[in-house]
Amino acid sequence: MLVALFIIISVTFFISKLLPGTPFADDKLTPHIRQQLFEKYGLDEPVTVQYVKYMANVAQGDLGNSFYFESRPVTQMILQRLPVSMFIGIQAVVFGLVVGMVLGIVAALRHNTVWDTLAVVIAIIGVSVPTFVLGPLLQYWLGLKLGLFPIAFFESYKYSVLPSLALSVFVVSTVARFIRTEMLEVMGQDYVTLAKAKGLSGLAVILRHVLRNALIPLVTVMAPLTIYLITGSLVVEQIFAVPGIGEQFVQSVVVNDYSMILGTTVFFSVLFIFALLIQDILYGIIDPRIRIAGAKE
Amino acid sequence: MDTRHRELEPGLFEAAEVDRDEGERIAGPRVGFWKDSWIRLKKNRGALISLAVVLFLFAMAFVIDPLLSPHSPYSQDLTRRYLGPTADYWFGTDEFGRDMWTRVWAGTRVSLYIGLLAALLDIFVGVVYGAISGFLGGRTDEVMQRGIEILNGIPYLIVAILAMIVFQPGIITISIALGLTGWTFMARIVRGRMLQLKNQEFALASRALGASGFRLVWKHLIPNSLGLIVINLMFTIPAAIFAEAFLSFIGLGIQVPEASLGSLISDGAGELRFHPYLLWFPSIIFCLLMICFNLLGDGLRDALDPKMRK
Repeated sequence: MLVALFIIISVTFFISKLLPGTPFADDKLTPHIRQQLFEKYGLDEPVTVQYVKYMANVAQGDLGNSFYFESRPVTQMILQRLPVSMFIGIQAVVFGLVVGMVLGIVAALRHNTVWDTLAVVIAIIGVSVPTFVLGPLLQYWLGLKLGLFPIAFFESYKYSVLPSLALSVFVVSTVARFIRTEMLEVMGQDYVTLAKAKGLSGLAVILRHVLRNALIPLVTVMAPLTIYLITGSLVVEQIFAVPGIGEQFVQSVVVNDYSMILGTTVFFSVLFIFALLIQDILYGIIDPRIRIAGAKE
Repeated sequence: MDTRHRELEPGLFEAAEVDRDEGERIAGPRVGFWKDSWIRLKKNRGALISLAVVLFLFAMAFVIDPLLSPHSPYSQDLTRRYLGPTADYWFGTDEFGRDMWTRVWAGTRVSLYIGLLAALLDIFVGVVYGAISGFLGGRTDEVMQRGIEILNGIPYLIVAILAMIVFQPGIITISIALGLTGWTFMARIVRGRMLQLKNQEFALASRALGASGFRLVWKHLIPNSLGLIVINLMFTIPAAIFAEAFLSFIGLGIQVPEASLGSLISDGAGELRFHPYLLWFPSIIFCLLMICFNLLGDGLRDALDPKMRK
């Protein structure tokens, strides 16, 4: 895992060195000043030296300085923007999990009824309609027509509702689909029949036996969901003008702030690999069979 | 009452004609794997309608619109800005007086091209990579899998964004980015399948009959994975279409004056307040495309792999 991270950082570093031109390709700069700028950012040294220095800094959590925003440290800028993005993301996931689970459970318990069909249709639409269509739609109906929520910026809690909602629809449908399939599978198992046969109430069977086993595979959704939240934040924060990491990343791409792009990419990769790690650990905790199988190897 | 005790005389019976070949006769026409799947798919109304809609969109974008439309997607006419949908301009015109109808179909062409490209890459890179990795096994497999792991370590869209910065944004760069990482999932699936199949009896039999490794993979292992490959293709295509539209939406994909559904939606979102039709039309076509591909994928999965059906 650390090896993968190391290679990813190296590759992104060298890609950023391959980029045509320099961040200071301004004709108004005299060669002297340009030289000074290069020295200030350590760009006058050979690439290999820059690489070693950069890697050493990254290991200490220092992602360098922004080329664009008056040499502010990238790490600090990311951390500053992180809470807003995290708040919106977590709110979307919590909402998505709750609604998606309810939807999935209802669909499975009322299999082959109108409820089931409704849940499946919602799930398909949720997976198919992208955030960048949904965002403007929400802005238009809930924001402009009904005037329920502000449609842009981020000043109080009210401002987080629409972005979270736009992000959560995908979560709702993924979770609902997943829970539905898993529950249908689990409900056909012998141990559920046994639980019913020994006289447990319907609710107890569902909660203690069906749901618990149906939830295990939900862990597999975690890594894709992390990717989704990262890329989703790029779009949603753009649409709703939320000052989060995604918005900053898109901005840094637009103004060619290479160190910021590099830093954010590293940050996203760390986040993703971390999610994979947690996913592996969770597997072991939730499902002892995996732990035993792993120990045998 | 008496009938129960009636004497059974031989005259009551008649000897039946016995055809010794009867047991060998096959009642129905032979149904192969693909025909069987097609029969199952035909029962799925949603999937069939989706197939029809996808074919219709293909026809509209590549044949009907270029032949019929009197407007060009690029020609500007500033005297005709922001015309709502009219008899002449079916989807209205945008802020430069360009015909939205042709622009939307031009965008659909981009999306469908990306979908096709993703499918081809999946087949020619993903399947081949996965087959080699899974079939050879051992150290080769190990190295090839680490390679995929690294490619997967960075979210695909981030790779695409980096590619956009290094090269000029545009359809060629999107294709390159897709080529870099789009096929990894397929490669994993095919590898897993190869590992599972290569030790089964039919593979052993083929080997015992002297088949070369290539022949074994090409004639036996790949045909046996085809169902899985088709299912996977149907999920790669919408994902790739989405990725292109996403990049175009944040301004890193298709550049003006070319049109993509993503960039049209982005422009439309900006005009939402006063000219909402600029958002509706590309959004509707895009969602239609995504929903149909997803439904078709679901339908194909149920048809090709009934075990997975729930």
